[in-house]
Amino acid sequence: MYQAIVFLPLVGFLIAGLFGRAIGARASEIVTTSLLGIAALLSWVAFYQVGYAGQGTTIELLRWISAGSLNVSWSLRIDTLTAVMLVVVNSVSFLVHLYSIGYMHEDPDRPRFFAYLSLFTFAMLMLVTANDLLQMFFGWEGVGVASYLLIGFWYKKPSANAAAMKAFIVNRVGDFGFLLGIFGLYVLTGSIGFEAVFGAAQGLAGKTMEFLGYKVDALTVVCLLLFMGAMGKSAQFLLHTWLPDAMEGPTPVSALIHAATMVTAGVFMVARLSPVFEYAPFAMQVVMFFGATTAFFAATVGLVQNDIKRVIAYSTCSQLGYMFVALGAGAYSVGIFHLFTHAFFKALLFLGAGSVIHAMHHEQDIRRMGGLAPHIKFTYAMMVIGTLALTGFGLPFLHIGFAGYHSKDAIIEVAYAAHGAMGPYAFFMTVIAALMTSFYSWRLIFMTFHGQPRWAGAHGHHDDHAHGAAAAHGHADPHAHAHGAQDDHHDDHAHGHGHAHQPHESPLVMLIPLAALAVGAVFSGVVFAKKFLYEDGIKSFFRDSIFMRPENHIIHEFHSVPGWVPWTPFVMMAIGFALAWYMYIRRPDVPVQLAREHRGLYQFLLNKWYFDELYDRIFVRPARWLGRFFWKKGDGWLIDGFGPDGIAARVVDITRGVVRLQTGYVYHYAFAMLIGVAALATWFMFSGGVGGAH
Amino acid sequence: MSNAPILSIITFLPLLGAALILMVRGDDEAARRNIRMIALFATLVTFGLSLIPVWLFNPATAEFQFVERAPWLGGVISYRMGVDGISLPLVVLTTFLMPFCILASWVSIDKRVKEYMVAFLVLETLMIGVFCALDIVLFYLFFEAGLIPMFLIIGIWGGKRRIYASFKFFLYTLAGSLLMLLAIMAMIWTAGTSDIAELLKTGPKLFSRDMQFWLWLAFFASFAVKMPMWPVHTWLPDAHVEAPTAGSVILAGVLLKMGGYGFLRFSVPMFPEASAFFAPFVFALSVIAIIYTSLVAMMQEDIKKLIAYSSVAHMGFVTMGIFAGNAEGIQGAVFQMISHGIVSGALFLCVGVVYDRMHTREIAAYGGLVNRMPVYAVIFMVFTMANVGLPGTSGFVGEFLTLMGTFKSSTKAAFLATTGVILSAGYALWLYRQVIWGELTKPSLKAITDVDRRELTILVPLVVLTIFFGVYPRPILATSEVAVNALVESYNQANGAARTAATVPSR
Repeated sequence: MYQAIVFLPLVGFLIAGLFGRAIGARASEIVTTSLLGIAALLSWVAFYQVGYAGQGTTIELLRWISAGSLNVSWSLRIDTLTAVMLVVVNSVSFLVHLYSIGYMHEDPDRPRFFAYLSLFTFAMLMLVTANDLLQMFFGWEGVGVASYLLIGFWYKKPSANAAAMKAFIVNRVGDFGFLLGIFGLYVLTGSIGFEAVFGAAQGLAGKTMEFLGYKVDALTVVCLLLFMGAMGKSAQFLLHTWLPDAMEGPTPVSALIHAATMVTAGVFMVARLSPVFEYAPFAMQVVMFFGATTAFFAATVGLVQNDIKRVIAYSTCSQLGYMFVALGAGAYSVGIFHLFTHAFFKALLFLGAGSVIHAMHHEQDIRRMGGLAPHIKFTYAMMVIGTLALTGFGLPFLHIGFAGYHSKDAIIEVAYAAHGAMGPYAFFMTVIAALMTSFYSWRLIFMTFHGQPRWAGAHGHHDDHAHGAAAAHGHADPHAHAHGAQDDHHDDHAHGHGHAHQPHESPLVMLIPLAALAVGAVFSGVVFAKKFLYEDGIKSFFRDSIFMRPENHIIHEFHSVPGWVPWTPFVMMAIGFALAWYMYIRRPDVPVQLAREHRGLYQFLLNKWYFDELYDRIFVRPARWLGRFFWKKGDGWLIDGFGPDGIAARVVDITRGVVRLQTGYVYHYAFAMLIGVAALATWFMFSGGVGGAH
Repeated sequence: MSNAPILSIITFLPLLGAALILMVRGDDEAARRNIRMIALFATLVTFGLSLIPVWLFNPATAEFQFVERAPWLGGVISYRMGVDGISLPLVVLTTFLMPFCILASWVSIDKRVKEYMVAFLVLETLMIGVFCALDIVLFYLFFEAGLIPMFLIIGIWGGKRRIYASFKFFLYTLAGSLLMLLAIMAMIWTAGTSDIAELLKTGPKLFSRDMQFWLWLAFFASFAVKMPMWPVHTWLPDAHVEAPTAGSVILAGVLLKMGGYGFLRFSVPMFPEASAFFAPFVFALSVIAIIYTSLVAMMQEDIKKLIAYSSVAHMGFVTMGIFAGNAEGIQGAVFQMISHGIVSGALFLCVGVVYDRMHTREIAAYGGLVNRMPVYAVIFMVFTMANVGLPGTSGFVGEFLTLMGTFKSSTKAAFLATTGVILSAGYALWLYRQVIWGELTKPSLKAITDVDRRELTILVPLVVLTIFFGVYPRPILATSEVAVNALVESYNQANGAARTAATVPSR
């Protein structure tokens, strides 16, 4: 069964990828989607069997790499942590496949699209079923490639190509750390299999190793290196720059890869390696620091973005930060819980946004929307559910609420209860981020669905909206237009352009996935909270798939925080909602004024803290300059100039009159050379023979 | 079976093919066709026969197998052939790549076809000879003579600046080989034998520490040029750019491996103390090669030059792995050589496909090829990813193992070299984006056709192998395992117990 779960998507990929042209788009869609459907169904069976009935197992498939004491196999490790991921990955992937049948139905390259989606799913499954770091790395890079291919799916768009490359390369920066971390663990333990590494972790606590000439705490440096990989994949602060650009890909891709699954791989990795991280307290503090910083940073940027997908992308980034806060505090199951619930409501939000974009004929700029609620009622309802789940709507005194209420609020409590210097910082940052999350989420809803319609069909001309309520938002910003992808659609996506279409509700095949995800967004929190958040539940559910040191009492402690703490996220959510309502429904002129009065700050946020510009200055340009310098000056002037060219020039001078090195003469030259070598060889052979006989 | 001189048959069969070709009269289309067929047939049979030693090979021993001995030139020097787990994969790589080279030249070479095919077949004999020779003089002959056909292939069938390129190639490689010749003479003088198997056993003890240094440096001069290592790499981009497609394939696929093979066969086992002493020096050069040439690759305007520079970077991983002196590093180096042979060979074949159509290698002349050549785009993507070292392709295994081996002996070198992982993604994806993706706007490309049957026949097996060895590298790793372990053991022994303790992982 487990083999089927993992390999059915691969089969789908191969069929659609190799024979997609032959069997046609419809057949490719049906094959890949139904195979994923089976895999998703089996995943839920596995989830029950492993999580509830306790039947975890490890299946070895094939030997992979062995050299020295290294011995790695392809295998499937099925424990509760894996089972949770299987459910998340396959369910969302299946729904996204289904949704894409509707969303992509005008694209001529559908077989390719579905092949990529299935390939991605397969790689992700290999990642979560890995029983050693190397297979995890295989999946890790595999999802990276699939993501690269899907971001660049509309290969005619230069911006999509650039975004695809950026995603891959920034991820590689993280992988640089991941690889070194693997090497470090191998040197320390002589293995990279999870069992061996986990077994050795406790004994390595406090040991030192030599790294770059320094004596450093072994597990700390290894964990930090591995975490660097996680930062790349999960778009954490400093390595986050690729995620917003990744929105160039088709929207279903954003839902699957850049919200629900791939970007959570870093969270999964840290949780999987909990037996190692547990013994590296300093590394845990660093994890928490980056998590908290990302949660805050991404939320600030999310406040002012105008592309519907980018708002959600920054929200994803921010929520991933929350997950790392939980991991850094040692509450792994809480982080995984947020991963689990987040997958549903964030995929819902993305697919909902896709439905809006579909309705608006591929308009993504929320300044050109507004008043959509009556036109696309179902999508509106779904988006509201997603937003309620994301902002963590719930009733603290009843302990009941939407999915995000259970998982996100738990993280804020964990941060409060966390030990170490980073605890208060993380608490503060996540609380502020909760306020901003609520604000930008409702801003998105209000600007998209409420107020005056600002779309082309309503007024006939795009320019009209310049006088509209949200005009100040980024009209000073040249990026907004380029990012809006308004001008360079893929050919096949420009349908309806030029006609003043009314926004239309999406077909059923797109709405069913929305409904299914909405169920998850509402209930996944309340149903599974026992298993993820409470000591008894965690013990019986996760068993040894996550490890917490006996001294780690965070689960117990976060349940006994002072009474006001659980109320803070609720209050923040309420304030955020009220502010958004005030600014975008009641007084739409306020944001315009604010942006004008705080122009510097507004530009700073709108331009994402200028990270792209900064990296371009300190990495990209110097690298290109160095490359050119080495090429022209190093190779061309220094090495060639003084080496072969100098000599060759002399040789050619001498031989010019004697031998013309034209085709006919090369023979002579070569012949002379051959004779020379042979003569030389013969001479020394005999002399050598004599010498040897001495 | 063990009595048949199988290695000699494999080695000299291409010469027989060359002789047959020379007998073909006339220069009309029919004659050319016959010549091509003979060449293809000869290389195919050679490849088929080279599978026999693979089949019969005993991976459980580090001894040389299929050994042949015949008196030759009297005295010490004799004709000795044999393979072990390190050389056998390289032999098969050579015989495997040759038929593709003949096929790749089927249409694109239309002048002096006879001479061209003869040159290639002679080259094949010499290359196989290098990997099979068990006599150091015989090795030297094969090693140096291989220069000549390659020199001719670049000089006659090359591009515009072929004379410059072939001269550069020749100057560089000859300079190194003269020093090696002196070293070989000194070795024979001291050891009284030119038998490689004998030298491997007695060499480390026989050559004093001081002598090892000089011998090591002399061999290094030759092998470093062949690899090529920084800073003696500048002949490679020029040679690649000017060489015809098949020439590039052989150059990148096999000739570059001779340096690595030389390090493994001579430098490390025969001069272990010097190797340990110079290891940091080699690490430094390798790291520079990886970072420097990757950066340079990023700025290239010529597709072949870009791939050539990336070859230098990939060979940096090989040298680093070899001088890491542990099983992971050396296994990785052997694997990386085979993998790079397949992948870079395939990349040059891919360039050949578009070059045959457009007659330009300029990156700027392309763009949006995927619109007209979807199959080509997929194939090129696979090799690009293998070049980037994506897990699941053969490119990853060697890179990973060499880095891991290096990490064990120097974290600094491994740290710096791992940046190559980022840089390789930079130049390889940039190339892909410029050539394949985007709108097809250039008028000259409007009528370009996708890969034809012949090209598919060439490229598909390479795609399959690239992925197969990425998923299941055991055939190569298992073949070289025992030989490499023996090599590592003797290397550690020679360098004392202290070193041994350091390289064995602490459990």
